[in-house]
Parts: sequence; structure tokens; C-alpha cells
Amino acid sequence: MIEVKDLCFTYPTGVEALKGITLTIDDGEFLAIMGQNGAGKTTLVKHFNGLLKPTKGEVVVDGVTTGEVSVAQLARKVGFVFQNPDHQLFCETVEEEVAFALRNFGFEENAIKKRVDWALNLLDITQYRQTSPFMLSGGERKRVALASVLAWDPQVVILDEPTIGQDHQQKEKLRQFIVQLNAQKKTVIVVTHDVEFVAECNPRVVLMTEGKILAEGPAEEILTNQKLVAQASIVPPQITQIFLGLSDFGLPTNVIDVHEARRILLDILEGAS
Amino acid sequence: MSMFEGFRFRRVSSVIHRLDPRVKFFFVCVLFVTAILFSKLPPLILLFFVPLPFVLAAGVQREWIRSMRGALFFAVIIFLFNFVFTYFSTQYPQLPSASLLERSLAMTLRFLVLVESFSVFFLTTSPDHLGLALEQSHVPYEFCFAFTTAVRFVPVLADEAQTIMDAQKARGLELERGNFLKRVRNYIPILIPLIVGAIRRSLELAEAMESRAWGASEKRTNLYVLKLKNADYLLAFGSVLMLIFAVYVWRYVPVPTLITLLRL
Ligand SMILES: Nc1ncnc2c1ncn2[C@@H]1O[C@H](COP(=O)(O)OP(=O)(O)OP(=O)(O)O)[C@@H](O)[C@H]1O
Ligand SMILES: [Mg+2]
Repeated sequence: MIEVKDLCFTYPTGVEALKGITLTIDDGEFLAIMGQNGAGKTTLVKHFNGLLKPTKGEVVVDGVTTGEVSVAQLARKVGFVFQNPDHQLFCETVEEEVAFALRNFGFEENAIKKRVDWALNLLDITQYRQTSPFMLSGGERKRVALASVLAWDPQVVILDEPTIGQDHQQKEKLRQFIVQLNAQKKTVIVVTHDVEFVAECNPRVVLMTEGKILAEGPAEEILTNQKLVAQASIVPPQITQIFLGLSDFGLPTNVIDVHEARRILLDILEGAS
Repeated sequence: MSMFEGFRFRRVSSVIHRLDPRVKFFFVCVLFVTAILFSKLPPLILLFFVPLPFVLAAGVQREWIRSMRGALFFAVIIFLFNFVFTYFSTQYPQLPSASLLERSLAMTLRFLVLVESFSVFFLTTSPDHLGLALEQSHVPYEFCFAFTTAVRFVPVLADEAQTIMDAQKARGLELERGNFLKRVRNYIPILIPLIVGAIRRSLELAEAMESRAWGASEKRTNLYVLKLKNADYLLAFGSVLMLIFAVYVWRYVPVPTLITLLRL
């Protein structure tokens, strides 16, 4: 469980990035953090594994205050996949890259081999095992970065902008993958601007703006609230926009799921004929 | 990364910021040469105080202190190298003499003076101004551009290094762990992405420039043209005087060490 209590953070340059955040994230929860550029999303999640320490307030991960332990200790529990994979890839082969964190955490050679196999297989990059990460495409590099974090099987997985630069098929795979992680009782925290992606996943949503939490609740509730959504500089999902536009015909305005929308429309059409 | 903070220019204006960069650079060079000429402690101490009024007049003391603090680490290394190596190669096993201590201190202070004068220069001169100065000194535009770009990218690289460090720490890397050699090796996961990123970025920059017709016109003109003002002449004059004085003292006056001064 991650508890954030009245967290304020100011960068050394004087930028006040977080102004009093209070938030509780339960074990096994699936949370999406959304909001405009510069809202402080990345700054907030960097507190969850201790990369940043609060200026005021505190962050408690499983009963441990982040200020009191090193990043390496917290990282064992909280995996963080950075937005840009190029900030972390440095090994000669993909295999080495995935094993790097395992070595840091002191796993046995046998266990390392097993976990590397498992992670490569999971992200469908086994064929690049001996390839240099620098020779891969952007999307593939991103998957290597993801594999290198999932390999040590952290209890909490934080993904900063995971869908950027991914084609539709990869996005869909990523979504299934997140759902699968979540089904294994892992806590998944996603930072994203991708409304459609969030609509498909239907997690709990936290909307941020200017270093504060604007609103939180189920995706259905938050993403269909036009006022909130506009304040956070995002637009409702396309299907919601259609339903909002057709609300004179008695269509519900809180739909974000395409399949549900289809069912409602079919019902109406059948009723009419 | 704090040493690179000295390179981050903030757009403020003061008497010092408005000085002509060519003259300021000449002044820094004079400081530089003077620091090299003298290897005794007393003149170097004096020299250390010369740029301070400029720092205060420009109002950049905070940034300046930060970059000096960054240089302190290297200063300590220089001191230890000078002291330890000279001691073991000349005086061991007797106790180290005071003059050896003074010489090592002087070397360290000389380094600090060099860093000090350069950080004053960079803290009070915008990259644009600098490029303009180079161009008007008839340096080919390609070199001016390369130079200003390099200066401009130092803080960007520093930010990037910070992000990379965060990313690797999140993967369990502990920079401060192990003996000296292990600690140096700990930096490999940071240096490689940094260097690869810098190379990739420079190629991208080149392509972006080509596609915006870089170098299309042979003869470039500038909106702003640097012109020497009274304050500039004053500083140039002061610098020349200082240089003449320094060379004179160096050539004809026997400079005492701090120890002999204290004994008087
Ligand atoms: N290393 C840093 N030093 C100083 N200020 C920073 C730093 N990183 C971020 N900031 C500032 O903190 C604020 C919040 O930044 P943050 O990166 O958390 O935003 P974000 O919500 O992740 O935005 P984006 O959607 O663009 O990723 C911004 O105003 C930014 O300029
Ligand atoms: Mg961000």
C-alpha cells in the first residue's frame, strides 16, 4: 500500500511542482494518473520509489517512510519504467540488459537465467536475446526496458507514458499485459495522456493540474465529466463525445466502453424498428 | 552536476552582463595568464579576490558559489596529488615540510582561480552574445556555431545525466557502493546512455539544420552589432595595466612565499 500524506515538493530551481497531495493506493489496484503537461505527474510517481524525497509531508510504502531508505531498497518493491528507454539501455545484448537489475539485487545466477527467459518471453523479445538494444526500433527498445523492470517481479509497477510511440497492436498487447499483471494482484500505476487507452482499461483515475489533485474516481465517472476533463486539458474518449452529442436522443452520457455503447445503440435501434 | 550549474545562463541584466564579451574574455585571459605566472601563495590569494567585485556587481553570487562548490572536489584531488606524490618522492620518511604544504595549496588555489574567472565569464555572458563576439572577431561561422551549441548543451546534458541516474537507480544501481574501482565502474551504466544520446542528438541536430537551409547564404548579417562602450574601454585598460604589472613583478620582483611573509 502506498500512502501519500500532504506531499509538497519544490525542485532546487524553485519550481513548486507538488502542492499538497494526499492519496492512498491499495495493493492490487490499477491507477491511471492523468493531467496536462507540467501538472506534476512524473514528479509525483518519482516519490513512490524514493527517487525524490518530499519537501513537506511524507510518502509511506508498505509501512516504510521513503525518506528513510535508499532507492535501491525501495526499487526491489516498486518497479519504475521510465518514459524514454534510451535513458537506461547500455548493455551489449538485450539479455544482459534484462539481467542488470537482477545482478544489482543480488539474485543467484540460476535464478537470473530463469527470470531473464521468463521476462523476454513475456514481452515477446526472445528472438533479440543476443542483439544490441541500440539496434532495435523505438517500440522494441521500450519493451526491453519494460522487461528489464518486470524481470525482478516488483509488487508495484509504475509506467510513465507507456503508450507513446507504440502502434495499435502493441498498445493492445500492453493493455492485455497490464490487465494480466493486475490480475496477479500487482499494483499498476500508469501515467498517461492517452484517454482512449485509459477508457479501454477502465482503472481508477487521478486527475492532476498544477501540482494538485483535481479529482479522483472510476474512469467512467471522471472521463465523462466534461468540466473536469477540460480543466485537466484532456478530451473525453471519442465514444463518450458521440454519446454526449446524441444526448437529445436519450443516450446515456457516462459511457466509455465501446462494447457497452454498441449494446445500447443496438437496443435503441431494435426498439425503433 | 552542480559544477555545470555555472554554465547555465540566466537572463538578467547588470553592468557586468552588458560588458562586451570580447573585453570580458580578454580580462579572463589576463587573470588566467597571471595565475599561471605565479606559483607562490600570496599573489594567488590576491588574485582570488580580483573577480569577486564582478560577481557581486552582476548579482550572480548564488550561482557562483554553487559552481565553486562543485569545483571543490577537484581542488581536493589536486591538492592530494601534489602533496602526497611530492612528499613520497622527495621528503619521505621525514615529516612533510611547511613549504611543501604551501606549494600544494598554491597549486590548488591556482586551479580555483582559473575556475573562478571562467565561471564569472560564463555566468555573465549569454551564449548568443558569445557567438556574436566570435563572429565579429572574424572566426568562421561554422566554428562560432559549433562553440555556442556546445556551451548551450552543457546544462541539457547535465539534466539528462540526472534522469539517467534516476533510471538506473530505479533498477537497483547503487553508485556509492564498493571500493574505488567498483565505484568508477558504477558510472558505466550512466555514461553509455549519456554518450549515445549526445551522439544521436548531434546527428539529429545536423539533419534539422540542413532541412532548415543552414549555410544557404554566404554572407551573414546580424540584427545586433557589438560596439565598445566606455565601461568596456575601462575594463580593457584595467586588464592591460594588470597584465603589465603582473609581468613586471614576475620578471623583476622576488615574490616571497607566505612562510617568509609570516616570519617578517
Ligand atoms: N528536474 C527538474 N528541475 C526543475 N524543475 C522541474 C524538473 N522536472 C520537472 N520540473 C518542473 O516541475 C513541474 C512538473 O513537472 P513534471 O515532469 O512532474 O510534469 P508532468 O505532469 O510529468 O508533465 P508531462 O505530461 O509533460 O510529462 C513542471 O513545471 C516542470 O517544469
Ligand atoms: Mg511526465
